[in-house]
Amino acid sequence: MGVYVPSTTAEQKDLLSAVGLNSLDELYQVVPKEALVSKLELPTGKSELEVVDTLSKLANKNQCFQSVFRGAGAYRHYIPAIVQSVTSKEEFRTAYTPYQAEISQGVLQSIFEYQTQICELTGMEVSNASLYDGASAAAEAVLMCQERKRQEVIISATVDPQTIAVVKTYCASRKVPVRVVAADKCATDIAAVESTINAGTAAVLVQSPNYYGVIEDIDAIVAAAHSKGAKLVMSFNPISLGLLKTPGEYGVDVAIGEGQPLGLPLSFGGPYLGLMTCTKKLMRKMPGRIVGETSDAKGRRAFVLTLQAREQHIRREKASSNVCSNEALCAMTASVYLAAMGPKGIYKVAQSCTAHAHYLQRRLQEIPGFTLRDTRPFFHEFLTNCPSDTDQIIAALSEKGILAGLPVDGGLLWCCTELNSREQIDLLIAALKEVSGV
Amino acid sequence: MKLLFERSVSGRHCELLPELDVPEINFDTAQLRICEPRLPELSEVDIARHYTELMKQTHGVNDGFYPLGSCTMKYNPSVNEALASMPNFADIHPLQPVSTVQGCLELLYNIDQSLREVCGMDATTLQPAAGAHGELTGLLLIRAWLLDHGKTERDEIIVPDTAHGTNPASASMAGFRVISVVSNDEGGVDLDALKAVVGPHTAGLMLTNPNTLGLFDHNILEITRIIHKAGGLCYYDGANLNAIMGRVRPGDMGFDCTHLNLHKTFSTPHGGGGPGSGPVLCKAELAPYLPGPLITKTDSGFTFETPPKSVGRVRSFYGNFLVVLRAYAYILSLGADGMRQSSANAVLNANYLLAALREDFTIPFPDSCMHEFVMDIGPLKDECAVSAMDVAKRMLDFGIHPPTMYFPLIVHESLMVEPTETEGKETLDEFICILKTILAEAHHDGVRLRDAPFTCPIGRPDEVGAARKPRLRYDFDAE
Repeated sequence: MGVYVPSTTAEQKDLLSAVGLNSLDELYQVVPKEALVSKLELPTGKSELEVVDTLSKLANKNQCFQSVFRGAGAYRHYIPAIVQSVTSKEEFRTAYTPYQAEISQGVLQSIFEYQTQICELTGMEVSNASLYDGASAAAEAVLMCQERKRQEVIISATVDPQTIAVVKTYCASRKVPVRVVAADKCATDIAAVESTINAGTAAVLVQSPNYYGVIEDIDAIVAAAHSKGAKLVMSFNPISLGLLKTPGEYGVDVAIGEGQPLGLPLSFGGPYLGLMTCTKKLMRKMPGRIVGETSDAKGRRAFVLTLQAREQHIRREKASSNVCSNEALCAMTASVYLAAMGPKGIYKVAQSCTAHAHYLQRRLQEIPGFTLRDTRPFFHEFLTNCPSDTDQIIAALSEKGILAGLPVDGGLLWCCTELNSREQIDLLIAALKEVSGV
Repeated sequence: MKLLFERSVSGRHCELLPELDVPEINFDTAQLRICEPRLPELSEVDIARHYTELMKQTHGVNDGFYPLGSCTMKYNPSVNEALASMPNFADIHPLQPVSTVQGCLELLYNIDQSLREVCGMDATTLQPAAGAHGELTGLLLIRAWLLDHGKTERDEIIVPDTAHGTNPASASMAGFRVISVVSNDEGGVDLDALKAVVGPHTAGLMLTNPNTLGLFDHNILEITRIIHKAGGLCYYDGANLNAIMGRVRPGDMGFDCTHLNLHKTFSTPHGGGGPGSGPVLCKAELAPYLPGPLITKTDSGFTFETPPKSVGRVRSFYGNFLVVLRAYAYILSLGADGMRQSSANAVLNANYLLAALREDFTIPFPDSCMHEFVMDIGPLKDECAVSAMDVAKRMLDFGIHPPTMYFPLIVHESLMVEPTETEGKETLDEFICILKTILAEAHHDGVRLRDAPFTCPIGRPDEVGAARKPRLRYDFDAE
């Protein structure tokens, strides 16, 4: 049995006698007898070796693909070795939320650096210290746009469906109306969004590159929202901002995104990283932890958790959100990733993603049936038709260690990152030709 | 020390990616970013040294005693870290075909079953990413149940005045009104006060037991009965489960729903404030409303299923999988007996500290405690003008992370001490010794303590100034 209690039985006896008790069970005398349980129906504890063995067997029941052409909200990128080397340091890994600033300057400074990097990447004025993931960040974002007379949330159907689902959940309990506006092929139907916005609209939520990979006309959507007094919440892919126009440059009010592409492994969906940024004007409505710079009595630079008057431990039921634990270590991961990439590196990753995606899209044209659903500019994902049963194609590629695009709306949603080299793409095309009998 | 941006030298970089092997793509200028991001330009050694310096200014569990009340800062086993980095877990795409992720699904299914047994509940969602996220999810289940049963007039959640701040905040996010109920002289819920606030508008109660005073409310069965009789449901805040794991189950105390903090009770590391994981467990009657997808076992293996009346998603995918994985490894290690050993030793360590400190310090509930207890520095403040903050800050000089300060709110100069089970007697004795030293200092030269700490990289930061003039990012123009 692997119990991480250092005290030996003899030591436990010493401690027990110091408190005047004879057995561990006596510590629970205060509990009503009918609420006590004498034994859990669980296996007995295992040694470390047995635990490793059990988990290894489970791991072997998963298939880890050599090439991954699937994104749809989770992206496999190259993670520089320095990232893991930094974030596995046990001080960072095991510390609690930095309430005691004097012995937490390391964590606090790293979050301050993260906030700065995310502001630079997005062109936004303020970033918080992270939220749970991109989807819950979107939900928090539309809620922070709520005003007494403006509550309705309008979402373009080209936003990631999981994000839409989470926003709906968060809004339902607060009785915030949500309207999803149908897409025009794979892009936002801007005219439809514009005509839906009204005097009661609090926020419009759009994503670019959107769920289908298409780069949206954010300028037009911002103009539509702002002209009617609504706020614009933009969901972004942080890697795309190495290349594409930023939320700040578009003039959006709140920009949120899934930060997983910034150095976090796929991890079967988590832990990920909710990126949350806004304009200075909205700063005090922002949920979550925020680190600020200040000084100590001797004038030394110091970092602290700040603007806590927004938070649950001070405001209780009047807080801007209930967020407490966030994804601090994931934020540090993103920060180290961005430090390693630098301005040139982040451009290079973005260019490599889009270049490989376009190369794949061109080569797919060699096989009849894989036509683009929407010919508007895309970043590193795109939706094609599929000439035969998608499951069959996916299964055939799977045998060759290739994870095909995701089946979406009867077609396949393909994705490339810098990891999908020309060689990988050529192999995919050869395999697809074989399956399709071309 | 320098910020990343102050270390930046134009032209420095890490050689990470190959040159493009396909043609470059040129977008329309209108779609391109206008300004290059001012990310730092650094070589790898710059980055490595930077973070090693930051590491030295960070206090982790392995740096010393961490008795941070209600946060359960226990040791984080190494093997769990090793397992979480296995490529066949870490590199699995969440949207792979189910047939290729059977190992992940089996793991999630297994921990789901184990947690049900620990909690005495019937169903689980692993989707919530943290404790507060779990609270919100649990309250959404209660709300959905009430609506489904036509109890639309029930919009009040009762929360004791000792509750974690997240409780009222979550209740409010879930669309409820918060009704506060006072504590009795024993530090538990005042039954008369509770009876006075329940009624036709009662949706439910949120309760931590043991509460934030470290006291197990012996009226617990009566409390949950009162709520049920009034037509409400009972939510258990699992933040303090480490006191009772394997000994008392929320389900057996009459609770309908609970969240767990895997990053507390189940030993997953806190990461300086996350990632955590806050699974929610509930009784069968709330199960139809759980967020989907859930994992089910079929004849052909494990698969996903979304409950019929689901409240919807609260997060993308299936939660913080790698955190859940670490907790599963921990559960396997401990097993049934190990859980009982762990919780009892957590309670034993707390009682040992309590017994050793109650003569010299004011402890509002001095007889016994569960996994944590609260010291009241108020009398010391009256006597020597030394506050809970001063005592806490002085502890930093001795290499100890201070207890939780100024919480719960009902004890004004409180220090909430939670030693956990992973500390040996020598650490506890050292802590006692240090506290007594600080007490002597307070009596001898209390004024000095107001300037503590003396040995940290910084002294007490100006928090008021930080909030008044927020500087939330590096100012590139100030160079």
